[in-house]
Amino acid sequence: MASDARQGRRWGTAGELESERKIDLRQILDGIRYYRPRRRGWTWRTPVADQRIGPFTYRETSQGLRRSVPLPAAKYFGNIDPQPDCVITTEIASGRFEDDIRRMRMAAWHGADHIMVIRTAGQSHMDSLLEGTPEGVGGIAVTRKQVRATRKALDLIEDEVGRPINFHSYVSGVAGPEMAVMFAEEGVNGAHQDPQYNVLYRNINMVRSFVDAAVAKQVMAAATMAQIDGAHNANATAREAWKVMPELLVQHAINCAYSVKAGMPKESICLSTVPPDASPAPSVRMDLPYAVALRDLFGEYKMRAQQNTRYIESCGREATVNHVLNMLVSRLTTADIQSTITPDEGRNVPWHYNNVHACNTARQTLVGLDGLREVVKVDRDAPELRDKVREIKERAVLFLEGMIRDGGYFAAVEQGYFVDSGCYPETNDDGIFRKIDGGVGAGTVVERADDYLAPVCHHFGVNHLPEGLLERPCDLIGGCTLCDEELVPFIDELDPEDNVNVRLQRTAELREKGLIKPEVEWAGDGFVVVTMFLPAAERVAEFAALELAKAMNLEEPEVIHKQVMHPAEGTLLEVRGRLEATVDPKTLVIPEETHLVSEDDICTFVKRYGLKCVAATVGNDEHSVGMREIIDIKHGGIEKYGIVCVYLGTSVPVEKLLDAAIEHAADVVLLSTVITHGEVHRQNMEKIADLAAEKGVRDKLLLISGGTQVTYELARSWGMDAGFGRGTKGHQVASFMVEALRARRGEGEGAAAT
Amino acid sequence: MARADEYLAWRTHLADLTDPQLEIRFWELVEQVVDPLIDLARTHTSPSIERSVLMRMGIDSLTCNAVVGEIDKRGLLGHGAGHVVLHCAQTWDVDVRIAAERLARGEGWEMVAAKWGDGYGV
Repeated sequence: MASDARQGRRWGTAGELESERKIDLRQILDGIRYYRPRRRGWTWRTPVADQRIGPFTYRETSQGLRRSVPLPAAKYFGNIDPQPDCVITTEIASGRFEDDIRRMRMAAWHGADHIMVIRTAGQSHMDSLLEGTPEGVGGIAVTRKQVRATRKALDLIEDEVGRPINFHSYVSGVAGPEMAVMFAEEGVNGAHQDPQYNVLYRNINMVRSFVDAAVAKQVMAAATMAQIDGAHNANATAREAWKVMPELLVQHAINCAYSVKAGMPKESICLSTVPPDASPAPSVRMDLPYAVALRDLFGEYKMRAQQNTRYIESCGREATVNHVLNMLVSRLTTADIQSTITPDEGRNVPWHYNNVHACNTARQTLVGLDGLREVVKVDRDAPELRDKVREIKERAVLFLEGMIRDGGYFAAVEQGYFVDSGCYPETNDDGIFRKIDGGVGAGTVVERADDYLAPVCHHFGVNHLPEGLLERPCDLIGGCTLCDEELVPFIDELDPEDNVNVRLQRTAELREKGLIKPEVEWAGDGFVVVTMFLPAAERVAEFAALELAKAMNLEEPEVIHKQVMHPAEGTLLEVRGRLEATVDPKTLVIPEETHLVSEDDICTFVKRYGLKCVAATVGNDEHSVGMREIIDIKHGGIEKYGIVCVYLGTSVPVEKLLDAAIEHAADVVLLSTVITHGEVHRQNMEKIADLAAEKGVRDKLLLISGGTQVTYELARSWGMDAGFGRGTKGHQVASFMVEALRARRGEGEGAAAT
Repeated sequence: MARADEYLAWRTHLADLTDPQLEIRFWELVEQVVDPLIDLARTHTSPSIERSVLMRMGIDSLTCNAVVGEIDKRGLLGHGAGHVVLHCAQTWDVDVRIAAERLARGEGWEMVAAKWGDGYGV
């Protein structure tokens, strides 16, 4: 935020959220029983053709945000924040919705408009809905209260950022139809729904999964939810992910065709597609034919481009590069939704700032590749691509022929057709085998009787409604929840211990007293990461790092990333640990913030009035590096603003420096010095100030000193107009000059403190 | 059973198809795979489906669990849980939600048995 503050940007209010205040969880929970969603269904971004943003014209962007944090480099482009045309997804899985809400807000400010809440492991095997707000592992328990509270928070957040946010979770497991109804009632905008996912990865009975799925899909369609399939799990699971491409086409097709037959419009059906390879494989060349084949076959459906997780390791940099390559494939083909994976997914459940990093990787890459297809095209006639695309399609056709020959879908699953690491018709006999009478929920499906009746709307399948009398099936009972939201029931907490109120109570002190404690997932979790290079071999370094973490008072230290720099010379490590410390901001002494004159304004001033400096390292001092950093255009120094600098060199006597300043009619004297035991630095500053006064030029010159240990206060006390220490940038010095000279001209508010 | 990559031998019957013909064949085969599955769904139901019906009738999840659990135990799921609740509501002349609460408390099952038997022969 520092850069925004410097730009003088201030966040206003939006709806009930004030952008300079934290979201109030109590306010979210108050009256939750009566909160109703404002809308249903999925929202795509609004594309803007040939959009002018700042100095650029974009081909693939959408309407901008009211409030956001632009990419870091945006400060060079007037803080523009172009939003790509496709929806951007982030997945949140901390297990506590009250903490997830804060992260959703951060992600939305970085361009996420599809928030996917991961469900806790195990819920998919629960043969009913859960209620209340129990904590989850690796995701939340998806309950009505959690969903409603999250939707309420997202309604506030979307008002704040000025773009609808799609809320998404899972209609899977053995309670799929109930999940679908609850989501439709609560304004959830999208969901994963794919019976094959249940069968293969959750070992839920295949008959039950398909029978349930048809009902769930029709309910989702009634609420115009977007559906994402589960095919991508095949290449997250298979031993050699790139070999499952034919099967992936088959899985996508089965879910697509099944969904259409269950009443879902094609434009709501999204394929979850992942480029199956990762560098060091020649991944883009391998992934492109697959992406092209997919888009050929499924042109009427939507593409949700997911990122590869199969080969993600603990190195966030490596993960990010593969994700960027994945998005190159998205931009060379098409993507309606660009999903993101956090760069820490290879080592832990995602942390707050890694969701933000992931969104920014997508935003940065997609905008950076904007309009790529205007100048670069995939060569459909290139023999390699043409033949590969054809081969993948043919292998998929052979896969389907094999399934039919072997007795259809259920028989194929029993024979281990799916997630085999062979590239069909090659098989390695290592697929997933399921039995038609096995798995969770086996034997629970029954045939509908001749008088089967369901007196509700959007119910899939045989339904013996009375003839003629009704406009809607639910007229039989005076309305159903999909037609009349007043009928939606609400159950509050069932567990007196495992609920949000108890959890909030545990961290109440932090909030009430405004204490600051580090966190990565949950309020007050205390986790921090220390990055260290140790000049030791990998295994020694790992154990040394744990000792060093203890020396830093980090509790439960754990090495979460290690990378050999050289087998003997050293290892890079990232160590996580808990810091049981808090800071009360009321006790902090925070210096006044520096206000810099913008680079454009400096240039304008210099152009108008001219600005000349004479600079030297004074005394018996041969250091020139610091001065060069401040002056040289190459180092981002003040020359770049058009300031003329006469550099006299090192070990220059102060008399000579002042004479040169007079001779050149300079506006500024820059004097570099090291701090010495003999106080020569002080004497030199005082001397040049006195000399300038004696010669009657003190009022005409700005005297500025610099050096590693020089401070503004010391320099001022020794007769300078300013002093700058270690790490000073040319922009700061130039900003001071312009402010001081404006003040002398009676134009500004006087020299700013630095 | 493991099998070597016999793609080239297997593909001969596809070799003469144009790309559009190949894509049409792909989707025809998909239809053949999916049709029996959707027919199965059209004519069958499950505990979760029946609970989702009661939910749409405005009945809370705990009551849905209790009522569908009992209907399933009696082997009457095939008539539709919503049908059972509706029948009781009409007989009692009360709202379906009140009928479901009574059923969840164990009331009214003799009425259900009178209409459909007490199960095991859908």
